[in-house]
Amino acid sequence: MVESKNNLKAWLYLAPALILMAIFIFYPLFNTILIAFKEKYNYMTGEFTQFGFGNFAFIFRNQIFWRTVSNTFFIVFVSVPISIMLSLLIAVGLNSIKPLQKVFQTIFFLPYVTNTIAIGMVFAVMFNQSYGLINTIIGWLGLDNAINWVGYGAGWGRAMTVLLIYSVWEALPFKILIFLSGLQGIDKQYYQAAQIDSTPRVRVFTRITVPLLSPMIAYVAVTSFIGAFKEYTSVVALFGLDTSIRDKGIGTIVWFLYRSLSDPRVGEGSAGWAAAAALFLFVIILIFTFINLYISKKRVHY
Amino acid sequence: MTEKMNVKNLEKSYKVELILKNILVYGFLGIMAIIVVVPFYWMIISALKTQAETEMIPPTLFPQLLNFQNFPNAMMQADFARYIYNTIFVGVVSTVGTVVTTIFAAFAFARLEFKGKNILFTLFLATMMIPGEMMVITNYITVARLGWIDTYQALIIPFVVSVFYIYLLRQNFKQIPNELYLAAKVDGTGDFKYLLRVMVPIAMPTIISITILKLIGSWNAYIWPNLVADSDSMRLITNGLRKAFTDDQGRSQIHLQMAATTVVTVPLLLVFLFLRKYIMQGVSRSGIKG
Repeated sequence: MVESKNNLKAWLYLAPALILMAIFIFYPLFNTILIAFKEKYNYMTGEFTQFGFGNFAFIFRNQIFWRTVSNTFFIVFVSVPISIMLSLLIAVGLNSIKPLQKVFQTIFFLPYVTNTIAIGMVFAVMFNQSYGLINTIIGWLGLDNAINWVGYGAGWGRAMTVLLIYSVWEALPFKILIFLSGLQGIDKQYYQAAQIDSTPRVRVFTRITVPLLSPMIAYVAVTSFIGAFKEYTSVVALFGLDTSIRDKGIGTIVWFLYRSLSDPRVGEGSAGWAAAAALFLFVIILIFTFINLYISKKRVHY
Repeated sequence: MTEKMNVKNLEKSYKVELILKNILVYGFLGIMAIIVVVPFYWMIISALKTQAETEMIPPTLFPQLLNFQNFPNAMMQADFARYIYNTIFVGVVSTVGTVVTTIFAAFAFARLEFKGKNILFTLFLATMMIPGEMMVITNYITVARLGWIDTYQALIIPFVVSVFYIYLLRQNFKQIPNELYLAAKVDGTGDFKYLLRVMVPIAMPTIISITILKLIGSWNAYIWPNLVADSDSMRLITNGLRKAFTDDQGRSQIHLQMAATTVVTVPLLLVFLFLRKYIMQGVSRSGIKG
């Protein structure tokens, strides 16, 4: 009697969260998978011709889609390693100093609380061809400084460079925070022992710091790979309108997904293309997460 | 004698190494800190320049005249007062809602016993690994069919629940000793009263972290609001910022664009500087931006 009463009470406490999750998380998850296989799905009427692989055939035959896939992979494999290494170096540096540590820590955390769209627009201004700061600095170095980074006709390479710089800039704070708290948890005795043996600093870093920090590195790697696969807002922030993004061929998978979703060709099944792209992304992220976990199981020192 | 010399030499070389190390470390950190700060600096000085000055080649590194008029002008460019009102309204309502659903669910998972508790909790956690885009597509369709496009409901209701915050608070609730709960039971205190009078006050720092992170997340939200509420009267601040100054190449009116950007960014920076402790505590356990 008491237990069943308690049971009911628990479900009452859970009800608000549970109902919302059922409607906006659990149901959508299954429904989106379903939509991915509904051909010519019209989301306003709910009509579709049949179940099949038509949406996948459509996106896999679409050159723009493959462009966004290769862009996304490029961003993932370039920006994640760079930002992990940079933030690790910064965290180690921060951990080794006393004066000004708090000041630096606060500064390095600033990009985290800022608005991706807002600061992306600032980056676009800084990389402006004629009156941007970056080209001015390049000019000071005596180099040709008429580089069109983000304007129309900038080309893929330059646009991608700016996008990568911005993604790394944005990604640093979270990683530094995690690494720094990890470093502060490492027993000082390891370092004292190394000091007595007068071990070179590089060796201390590769043989003590990195292995002892490996759980944090694994965690950061998993979360940042997932984040980088979903890159989208930075692209909109830097390049703005769809025409500008297409002009540079700089769209990502998620960009393709939202472009399909808001495509006016509702009757032809544009929502189905979006769902297929989402499922594709989901599977890639799942595979990557498993690979990551597998590697960390072998390599991570606990 | 020679041994003493050696020790002295060694000490000296250590000192030189230490100084070199400090120069290297501070130099590196300093350069990185400048890279982090420069965009903020550039934003603020551009916001204070006249239009003519923003287009000067080479650009000035400090405004010739502090042109504060840019701020009201930028706010007039589009209906920014409306965007700010929308954002604050949506942010506050969805934050209050989230905190309430989170406290109840976390309490059930942390203190109450019921059938299927572990399975349900695992199921909740598993959803955190699924990219949100999977949900967005169906949610967009749901909202469109309900006729909620361009309404506050569409901006608020899907977001008054968060698995991550439930997890965070549940962990915190779990740390509160069970004896307190049993003692309260003996005294005849009901669960609800116990939750409000004992658990919520003890877990207040976590609840404050959740509140701040959620508010920041609402302020910065872009993808979903852009999808479901893009009419001029329903726009939120980020979306308004992106749209208001996007003429063909974003070339003209940089001074106004940067003034609006400053208006969006500065409140966040102030919140961060004053509530640093809560934000960093919350973030170090999360990894979810916004």
